[in-house]
Amino acid sequence: MSVSQTTFHAALLDPAAAIPEGLLDAAAQPAGRRFSVYRNNVAVSLTDAMHQAFPVITKLLGAQNMDGLAGIFLRKHPPSSPLMMFYGEEFPGFLAGMEQLSHLGYLSDVARLELALRQSYHAADKEAAPTDALAIPPEDIMRARLGFAPSMQVVRSDWPIFSIWRFNTEDGAPKPAAVAEDILITRPDYDPAPHLLPPGGAEWISGLQAGRTIGGAFEETAAQIPEFDLGATLALLLQGGAITSVTIERLAT
Amino acid sequence: MLDNTTRSNNLPAAPGVGYKPQHFEQILDNAHPVSWLEIHAENYMGDGGRPLAQLRHLSEQFPISVHGVGLSIGGEGPLDPDHLARLKQLIGWLNPASFSEHLAWSTHDSHFLNDLLPLPYTDATLTRICEHIDLVQDTVGRQMLLENPSSYLAFEESTWSEPDFLREIARRTGCGMLLDVNNVFVSATNLDYSPQGYIDAYPLEKVGEIHLGGHDEDEDDHGHPLLIDSHGREVVDTVWALLDYVLDRSGPKPVLIEWDTDVPDWPILRAEADRAQAALDRVPA
Repeated sequence: MSVSQTTFHAALLDPAAAIPEGLLDAAAQPAGRRFSVYRNNVAVSLTDAMHQAFPVITKLLGAQNMDGLAGIFLRKHPPSSPLMMFYGEEFPGFLAGMEQLSHLGYLSDVARLELALRQSYHAADKEAAPTDALAIPPEDIMRARLGFAPSMQVVRSDWPIFSIWRFNTEDGAPKPAAVAEDILITRPDYDPAPHLLPPGGAEWISGLQAGRTIGGAFEETAAQIPEFDLGATLALLLQGGAITSVTIERLAT
Repeated sequence: MLDNTTRSNNLPAAPGVGYKPQHFEQILDNAHPVSWLEIHAENYMGDGGRPLAQLRHLSEQFPISVHGVGLSIGGEGPLDPDHLARLKQLIGWLNPASFSEHLAWSTHDSHFLNDLLPLPYTDATLTRICEHIDLVQDTVGRQMLLENPSSYLAFEESTWSEPDFLREIARRTGCGMLLDVNNVFVSATNLDYSPQGYIDAYPLEKVGEIHLGGHDEDEDDHGHPLLIDSHGREVVDTVWALLDYVLDRSGPKPVLIEWDTDVPDWPILRAEADRAQAALDRVPA
């Protein structure tokens, strides 16, 4: 009796499935719970990977609930590549679709934040622009276009995800208030750090990423969000080493 | 089949350990007697950041062994071309002292299962694995070492013994062997054969590296001992004795301590490497 990998694979991920025939123990009897070693290895290793990947979600839900959720998730979304460092990309969507968790509407966005932190951690290295790259006349600043480090990430949310993240990772952090928060992740050396973006910061960075000048993106942002603080947002980017190039188009003379 | 210009493996016949990032500072501070380090290839396939920076740094001071855990050499489907390309890239820039993978499968229908799953030892499996190893060695441009698995069960359809199967793979592909002595002990206990008999039949002349690790003890449905390869504790005395049995026949080889779960403090891992050094010291070169 031969056992195909299709059969083996199906029985691995379904604990209720019959153990494939043709697998034997030391006495050439059916393998029985020896097969469960493989079932356990797969489930435990993927569950551990989820705990490591989403420590704040694990803290919010409790380790046991996370085990249960990971058990459902890993069967619905097994890894699609051997790069376990990126496992869990579907987790935010999965959380958003869990009816039992609908009273915790922020979970999905917190999971997106944890994914973005990991992506930042593994992103390519790129040297920051020199600190004086923006020490230029104001009219040049407004005409400048910026290039960003691959490790920079922006995570937008209708929930206070920055406050929730801090409250669950830092001792003595203030309790989250019910406000929408956008996050900028920068990675000055090798440790990604989330920062709260001022209102309009995410819109402005998105304009720059689309190729607008600092001034052009500012005008678009300020038209919607008059209180937008360009200086504070630029300071976060500079301090985090997130700006890797400053390009100024000279006006034709 | 490899031609004789292909780069082969050149780890020192000395103790090495599986590298864990929490030991980075201490390894740079005092590695003795650890002479080389092994990494899991897949953990260094990101685009940048600390993992690659640490690896670059370590590779300036230590020979590195790249040990793949995700290629699914024994898979029924074709090897993942994206993963092969990533492996080629890593091996290209790192130029490691050794490269190895497993006699196992881990991917099916593009699902990666994060475990080393067992294979029936048949002519069909043999043909497929040799094709895969040929492709891997051609792609990365160097010899690969193939590691024997820990087995918890056997396939009714198998027609080859594991040592004969491995010997035939080495003959057909020119690949070398990574002998995991703990895996031999685990499989022999689980499937009731003599670990020494396995070693006697095994192609020791092809061994480029030896692995040692800890295992857990359990039982099957009938109360038969069932050892589980866990890499989460010290190597047991019976496995050290089996290492002596191997080294008496093979001569000194690079010996790696694997400790992947419940990773201990550096001095504990170093003490295991001391024990490997002592085992190597008693063997004439």
